[in-house]
Amino acid sequence: MTLSGASLAADTLRIGYIGQERERPPVLSNIDDYPEDEGVAGALLAIADNNTTGKFTNQLFVLEQHFLTLDEGPAEVIEEMVSKGIYFFVLDLPAKTLTKVLQSDLPSDRTFFNIAAEDRRFRDQECHPQLLHTALSRDMKSDALAQFLIKKRWKEWFVVTSPRPEDKLFVDAILRSAKKFGAKIVKQKTWDGNFDARRAAPAEVPLFTKGVDYDVLIVADEISDFGNYLLFQTFDPRPVAGTQGLTAKAWGRPLEQWGAVQLQERFLAQSNRWMRSRDYTSWLAVRAIGEAASRVKSDDYDEIDRYMRSDAFQLAGFKGRGMSFRKWNGQLRQPVSLMWSSALVAQTPIEGFLHRRTELDTLGLDLPESQCNNTQ
Amino acid sequence: MMKASLLLLKSGLMALAMFPLLAQALTAYVTNEKDDTVSVIDLDSLEVTATFEVGQRPRGVALSPDNKLLYVCVSDDNTIRVFDVETLKPLYDLPSGENPETFVVSPAGDRIYTSNESDNIVTVIDTLERKVLAQIDVGVEPEGMAISPDGKVAINTSETTNMAHWIDTESFEIVENSLVDQRPRDAAFDLDSKRLWVTSEIGGTVSVFDTESYEELAKIQFDLKGVQPDRVQPVGLYLTSDGSHAYFALGPANHVAVVDAKTYEVLDYLLVGRRVWKLASTPDESLLLTTNGISGDVSVIDMKKRKVIKSIKVGRFPWGVAIHD
Repeated sequence: MTLSGASLAADTLRIGYIGQERERPPVLSNIDDYPEDEGVAGALLAIADNNTTGKFTNQLFVLEQHFLTLDEGPAEVIEEMVSKGIYFFVLDLPAKTLTKVLQSDLPSDRTFFNIAAEDRRFRDQECHPQLLHTALSRDMKSDALAQFLIKKRWKEWFVVTSPRPEDKLFVDAILRSAKKFGAKIVKQKTWDGNFDARRAAPAEVPLFTKGVDYDVLIVADEISDFGNYLLFQTFDPRPVAGTQGLTAKAWGRPLEQWGAVQLQERFLAQSNRWMRSRDYTSWLAVRAIGEAASRVKSDDYDEIDRYMRSDAFQLAGFKGRGMSFRKWNGQLRQPVSLMWSSALVAQTPIEGFLHRRTELDTLGLDLPESQCNNTQ
Repeated sequence: MMKASLLLLKSGLMALAMFPLLAQALTAYVTNEKDDTVSVIDLDSLEVTATFEVGQRPRGVALSPDNKLLYVCVSDDNTIRVFDVETLKPLYDLPSGENPETFVVSPAGDRIYTSNESDNIVTVIDTLERKVLAQIDVGVEPEGMAISPDGKVAINTSETTNMAHWIDTESFEIVENSLVDQRPRDAAFDLDSKRLWVTSEIGGTVSVFDTESYEELAKIQFDLKGVQPDRVQPVGLYLTSDGSHAYFALGPANHVAVVDAKTYEVLDYLLVGRRVWKLASTPDESLLLTTNGISGDVSVIDMKKRKVIKSIKVGRFPWGVAIHD
């Protein structure tokens, strides 16, 4: 890593990045691509951003990367990085590997950022005082969708899910949001997917959706196996939302307000592709460390960590509102973007959904809703 | 009846066509970021008298000290384009570096300091020779530019680094970096060059610094009834020449704050158009103009009465405003 203008005596702050190969079950559609550097590319951009600032604060940031294979456990690499004096870890890991991290014996003076796992349990009963989340939870996504649909007065929802357990988790979040914001689930059906939806959709989807009185079809299909083929094929003319159609995301191509064009273009110039949600959440994690380090003007773990979790901490992330970590479960409160591939439809929290602390806390598990209380 | 209105229409058109040939009245120039145009507002009638094309994504706008040249940042054309104020015709382009967002003209008019947001640099341009004098490395996403009225210090704010960088205009070296709250957008000096004011959009605050010691003198916060605190996002600012008042455009809060510049107390909030961005005043400080991005208009504030007296429709997404006498 070279850095023009940095003095030799710069404080060096090394951040560990642990990624893992992802399981990709076969899906019908072949139009989605999965960039190999998704996630880590965002962290690298944030390192560059931190180092531009570091020229003026005499701080140097370095990313130490390690990628696990599909079946590998995280314990060994964490132990190795800990012994090398790394204090901050960006975990780009699927839920089951993250669980293994939390079950291992972690030194208490380390902080871990979950940038990928959206499962409620990590913000709820399985939370951990050393774990912060820049990834959205499924509950933040479903609350964002619910606010928009309620505002539109599309209150009767027909929920379609695959049999996969992850999709069941998204349905759980949808059901919780429906209750929270006053929507009604009028029908719930499982798409068993034992035929080719690409060819069969015009015949199957009208039959599948016929005879139900609803405002919006909500689909739970995180791996995009069949969800895209529901659009425009329903028996009644109804919009599709959820994991396809209108989707809730941390980041996406349509974002251009609030200075987002600058981040989009900087990422494109670096990586020759558009920034995705996982790139963005890893950018946020590394920027949070950099921002706190520049404020406390130190590379000391305790000082940085304390500041990052304090009321004084604020992170600007090109979504129009300052972000900070929830004290009770370590979740970064942030706006959630509702979009389809070519436009931002709404930025949530939607105006009118009030909260005594901040409107951002209308999204995801609020203090009384969460079984996690790290606040002491 | 028909005839009369037709005649009126005709004479209106005549006036519109004639305008650029007339002697310059008090005039405001507004960049319309999403129309690639500048709207010309006559400040006696408070009407738009002309709209002309300037190039892609116009944002920062200013006049030369002699009021003869209009400088417009056309960001996506990667230049600062120079127009003849009399004819509204382009004269030449300045070498601004890539993607200039905004700029400031030195009091003598011989230099322009511009922020190049994608390259993390400030470019200094010699306006007479039309060449680059220097490029200075600053923080991530340089944005706001200011210059002290005595011409000694230029300020750049970097939005993601969250600093105001103090640039010595002789050596082009950075002499100090002041941390401010999230997303610093704009900066300005008092006329006596003794204080620097920096707005932080996401932080929702304004930091005031002493220019001798670089000490922070005050941090102003805004408490606007009925608006969530994180929607109060100060961007553009205007400081009166007698050092008594400061005005801040509060972005999506759709208000301009009036602040006592001695006590830093907020005196008033004035409701203007949506997403209020930049401010400019008439030389006699009777009128303050605001650009309102989302509502696509300009609010005119009577500064004495602290009242919005008119809103003037301009192009899409008005960004900057400059006024000449």
